[in-house]
Amino acid sequence: MTGAFGWVIVGVIAILTVATVVGRTLERRATTPEGRATIANLNARTRSWWVMAVVFGAALALGPVATTLLFAGLSFMALREFWTLAPSRAGDHRALFLSFFVALPIHYLLLGTGWYGLFAVFIPVYCFLALPAVSTLAGDVTDFLARQARVQWGLMLTVYMLSHAPALMMLDTGADPALLVLYLVVVAQLSDVAQYVFGKLVGRTRFSPNVSPSKTVEGLIGGWATAVLIGVALHGLTPFTALQAAGMSLIIVVAGFFGGFVLSAVKRDLGAKDWGYVIAGHGGVLDRVDSIIFAAPVFFHLTRYWFTP
Amino acid sequence: MTALVRQILVILVRILVGARGEWIGSTPETRSRIYFANHTSHFDTLAVISALPLGVRRRTHPVAARDYWGSSAFKRFIAEGALRAVLIDRDGSGGGDPLAPVHAVLDRRDSVLIFPEGTRGAGEEIAPFRSGLHRLAEAYPDAELIPVHLENLARVMPKGSFLIVPITCTARFGAALTQIPGEPKAAFLERARAAVAALARRRDGGAA
Repeated sequence: MTGAFGWVIVGVIAILTVATVVGRTLERRATTPEGRATIANLNARTRSWWVMAVVFGAALALGPVATTLLFAGLSFMALREFWTLAPSRAGDHRALFLSFFVALPIHYLLLGTGWYGLFAVFIPVYCFLALPAVSTLAGDVTDFLARQARVQWGLMLTVYMLSHAPALMMLDTGADPALLVLYLVVVAQLSDVAQYVFGKLVGRTRFSPNVSPSKTVEGLIGGWATAVLIGVALHGLTPFTALQAAGMSLIIVVAGFFGGFVLSAVKRDLGAKDWGYVIAGHGGVLDRVDSIIFAAPVFFHLTRYWFTP
Repeated sequence: MTALVRQILVILVRILVGARGEWIGSTPETRSRIYFANHTSHFDTLAVISALPLGVRRRTHPVAARDYWGSSAFKRFIAEGALRAVLIDRDGSGGGDPLAPVHAVLDRRDSVLIFPEGTRGAGEEIAPFRSGLHRLAEAYPDAELIPVHLENLARVMPKGSFLIVPITCTARFGAALTQIPGEPKAAFLERARAAVAALARRRDGGAA
């Protein structure tokens, strides 16, 4: 770890302290019931952010094994949230069991051992073929195509895509690999936070009431601009120049936005508002990592293509 | 020892299937109650027990079938010891009133948890209720009748499979069923079944 890691820690602590103090002040001033509910949710979010920052920071500081295990755990919880809302039939039972207890551990094992070739194709090729094959043995053809699509979507989103964040540690860019993970997560999450803050402060125009009622155009512009500025400021964590960092963080925030947007559409299709309940104020793990799910693979491949030998 | 096993079971169930309790229309109380739930998996009893707060859990006794839970010393220990279950003869082979052990619990103002479908259902559909619930309701008009809907448990471990899929399960506790004097048995049982079914989460699709 370099000094840059320390500065990010100081920055995150500073932001969370400000958020905590502001939240306390607003709590005393709120008068309407809706206002109080919004502030209560804001403070719950801030408290959860403290916990998430400590857990993520500790995993990064402990090293690649701890970081990989943390993401494996997040994938497990996200996959569980996916299947708690997505319907399945008895005929899918073996495929689901294999998703949780075979595909997920093997995929993360490939990541941990740095076997990139198999890591890249194990789920999209071999699980894609094997899980429907196993399902046919149950003999239930009702909704077969839709059911298999759900099985594959669940694995691809919550395991394959999400795992590309810790997979950054496989890349030999010359920079500290853990700092690339930190960079991705900080830019993507701060973009979400800034979108929320700008949306609450100046948000007027709904972006898409059908898919995600809380997203506003003003929130998006403010959030993206803030996140790109932070991405540039943190370019010291990465092998990128300031200009390259601007491009990379713009890609992270745009992909991250669509992650939240697509998963919101899935969620609403399944008739739910949140994916789960484990992170107070935020909902489920999937509500928190949706932006990483889309941003991580894109960021991974761009970095791998241009910044590794 | 029994208390330790019970605690470990509750923690395992919480980790594995979540077993969250949601109270809609009633609150957890220690007064005498008859909880009745849909039956979908071997985990049902454990899930409801884990979802109850400690004080309520201590005074709630699941009713279990002796032919299954009494068939070995281990199962008997788990059921009667760890889960504080009362075992009854489903087929009436023990002679006398098969519900007598349940009466004993309600007589001392504790609560019971029963699965009136009698056997595990095939899936989401709730089978018609058997008459035991009606007899208990008539014998204990003071006991509150609380419908409980167990969601997703059938998907955790469907009939005929021993593989567990860790989907999050919810036990939803509804408002107490009102007692209508003179209501025919069939109508009461159907009303009770409908009360459980009504607690199922609506999958209405479409944006909220």
